[in-house]
Amino acid sequence: MHLDAIILARLQFAFTIAWHIIFPSFTIGLASYLAVLEGLWLATRRQAFHALYHFWIKIFALSFGMGVVSGVVMSYEFGTNWSVFAAKVSPAIGPLLGFEVLTAFFLEASFLGVMLFGEKKVGPRLHFVATCIVAGGTVVSAFWILSANSWMQDPTGFVMDARGRFIATDWLEVIFSPTLPLRFAHMLLAAYLTTALVVGAASAWRLLREPGQAESRIALRMAVGMALIVAPLQLMVGDSAGKQVGQVQPSKLAAIEAFWDTKSHQAFNIIAWPDRAAQGNRFAVSIPDVGSWITHGSAGAVVTGLKAYAPADQPPVAVVFWAFRVMVGLGLLMIAQGLWGAWLWWRKKLETTRPYLWFASAMGPAGFIAVVAGWTTAEVGRQPYVVFGHLRTADAVSPVGAGSISASLLAFVIIYAVVFCVGALYILRLIDRGPAPGAAAEPSSRSRSPGSALAAAPNLSKEPGHDA
Amino acid sequence: MTLDLPLIWAGVLAVAVLMYVLLDGFDLGIGILFPFARSDEDRDAMMNSVAPVWDGNETWLVLGGGGLFVVFPVAYAILMPALYLPVMAMLGGLILRGVAFEFRLHGRRTGRRFWTWAFAGGSIVAAAAQGLVLGGFIQGVVVRGDQFAGGPLDWAKPYTLLVACGVVAGYALLGAGWLVLKTEGGLHAAARRWTVRLAPIVGLILVAVSLATLFVHPPLATRWGLGAAGVDPARLAMVSPIPLLGVAGLILAFVGGRSPKGHAFGPLVGGFLAFLSGYLGLAVSFLPFVVPYSVTYEDAASTPAALGLMLVGTLVLLPVILGYTAWVYWIFRGKVGADAGYH
Repeated sequence: MHLDAIILARLQFAFTIAWHIIFPSFTIGLASYLAVLEGLWLATRRQAFHALYHFWIKIFALSFGMGVVSGVVMSYEFGTNWSVFAAKVSPAIGPLLGFEVLTAFFLEASFLGVMLFGEKKVGPRLHFVATCIVAGGTVVSAFWILSANSWMQDPTGFVMDARGRFIATDWLEVIFSPTLPLRFAHMLLAAYLTTALVVGAASAWRLLREPGQAESRIALRMAVGMALIVAPLQLMVGDSAGKQVGQVQPSKLAAIEAFWDTKSHQAFNIIAWPDRAAQGNRFAVSIPDVGSWITHGSAGAVVTGLKAYAPADQPPVAVVFWAFRVMVGLGLLMIAQGLWGAWLWWRKKLETTRPYLWFASAMGPAGFIAVVAGWTTAEVGRQPYVVFGHLRTADAVSPVGAGSISASLLAFVIIYAVVFCVGALYILRLIDRGPAPGAAAEPSSRSRSPGSALAAAPNLSKEPGHDA
Repeated sequence: MTLDLPLIWAGVLAVAVLMYVLLDGFDLGIGILFPFARSDEDRDAMMNSVAPVWDGNETWLVLGGGGLFVVFPVAYAILMPALYLPVMAMLGGLILRGVAFEFRLHGRRTGRRFWTWAFAGGSIVAAAAQGLVLGGFIQGVVVRGDQFAGGPLDWAKPYTLLVACGVVAGYALLGAGWLVLKTEGGLHAAARRWTVRLAPIVGLILVAVSLATLFVHPPLATRWGLGAAGVDPARLAMVSPIPLLGVAGLILAFVGGRSPKGHAFGPLVGGFLAFLSGYLGLAVSFLPFVVPYSVTYEDAASTPAALGLMLVGTLVLLPVILGYTAWVYWIFRGKVGADAGYH
């Protein structure tokens, strides 16, 4: 009974947070992209940038809305599902989350209104400032969340009191725990990459349907340029973050690589079937020595294996192992996408090479999958602890019965299925329609009341089957 | 002289929750009134009137929940499990009505109808769930050690249902007051009618809740000068301005709704005053408890270091937040017409 409640509480939290992280990953990057587009428009007055801005801001509004509502859930679930965790860690990381609300959430939410509805009221320059503030707010928000989460991975700057609470002794050490810089950079780059892939996919899709579409050509080039630079950079940052995991969370690294024995000359498992019951890999395709080299920089390095920990202290290895491989595999595809795209661009064939356009379209969701896989690696790899080395997940759970949790989990599954499927449908519909060409249509469509009969009228004429 | 950090924080958090109730109150109220609108154009105008500000309004809820976690972690850790199902229902309702702002614009015929009702239904569920949370809070929760030790349905009592009705009606009144201020023509007239009908309903429920509260927890009566030992006139005189403020607010809303030439701010301000009165009433009834009848704000407080750090940050940031929030309301001041300038 008690065990059921823990598993259900974890399932519910994992379900809600995995869906939630998809939206910030996209909106962090998209807000910055919108700021760049609006800045370019103000600087050059090229209508194409304005058209792109007005195309992507609709998708941003939909995504941001879904991010906000799924995020409010998180701020309460700490207490509903993990009340013991909340009570014990609040004196250390509570203020970090408090500052997230005060420095980021209010900023984003308030200036979002100006960004979406205020262009005619405040004028283009102030509107650009509002866009930049929203973009900055998303980054600040990511900073605080990564700060709190990094502290949970490798807590520093605290002592434990008699009640088992984590009492902060040095705020700078709590906020800037050792893994924060690399993990924050890793997340930001992931967000920019995710956005670049979506922008690339939308533009490629448009060019497949309507070759030579001016706005989509510009956006595709921007996306390729972004992927070309950010994807390899992300590999380097990710590699450094992985090496740091080996220092501060050796059990997580052992799970990522499915190392069981502690030894030098670890083989690198390309694929494996790790089995906790057998305390070993039932099957593996490996390269000798590369495991030690890739994790610690030399084949002779001794790398801790999972057997160094009691089975109860080992993370669920198969999930971590495979989640990591999904992330890295997609990352390598992203690097390939950037390089191939750059080569085609150089040969002046980027917009006309249909296999590339199909590939870029298919890679649209890759960033989201990689982000969820990466976070799965980080969070499942931290198990069985919620605060690594100090507080077990099983000891952090709320005194709430399995019945309440399963009822609300079921409700969340239904609501999220409806909301996020419909949201995805609306976004895909917008992407399929593509940016409004040129400047002619824009000013009038902005001045109309949303959802009024008039607002829908031009679409009706352009698009048969509008009321399907 | 040393600062009483927990007391200061109890005050700051109380203000944050009050801000939430007043601001998100009127935009949840718009959703509650949605089924009563006569036409789809009216519903569009109602939604447009809050579309630029609803997200900022809801952020006060995150500050309320997050603030409780930061400042009074013991209370947060007791109340969230105790009120698990109402909190979850509130979150579900807020999701449906929150996405409806955007989704309603993108839906075709069926989708648009669905999100219209999701906005209304989500708003009503969220408001009612907040009422259940408030009612469950007032009637007190079972605590052992520093943990909730009651059952999952402890909150489900006729009393909490009454409070839930009160919150739904009260938010609807705020929504109607907001619409009186922000709209014109037929919708404006409808909003005035809603105000006139809602003000007495809210008044009746407030009286019922006040009396029921004395029965739910008789010791409270002494705080209002009405104890078993007889009436304490000095105490009664001291606290009586609070209910009188509520009565004045409701009269203002009623009169403001009745007179077509009345000031457009009247109904909204009246609604605000009614909520302020209820809020002060709670403060008189419950200080110093943050989990009624078992945990005081001092027991529940985080460490002085955490409270101090947050206080410094809040003293700097909260005025800035209030400043740009006011600026955004100023930008979007005036009547919502056909030209809402979306995107």
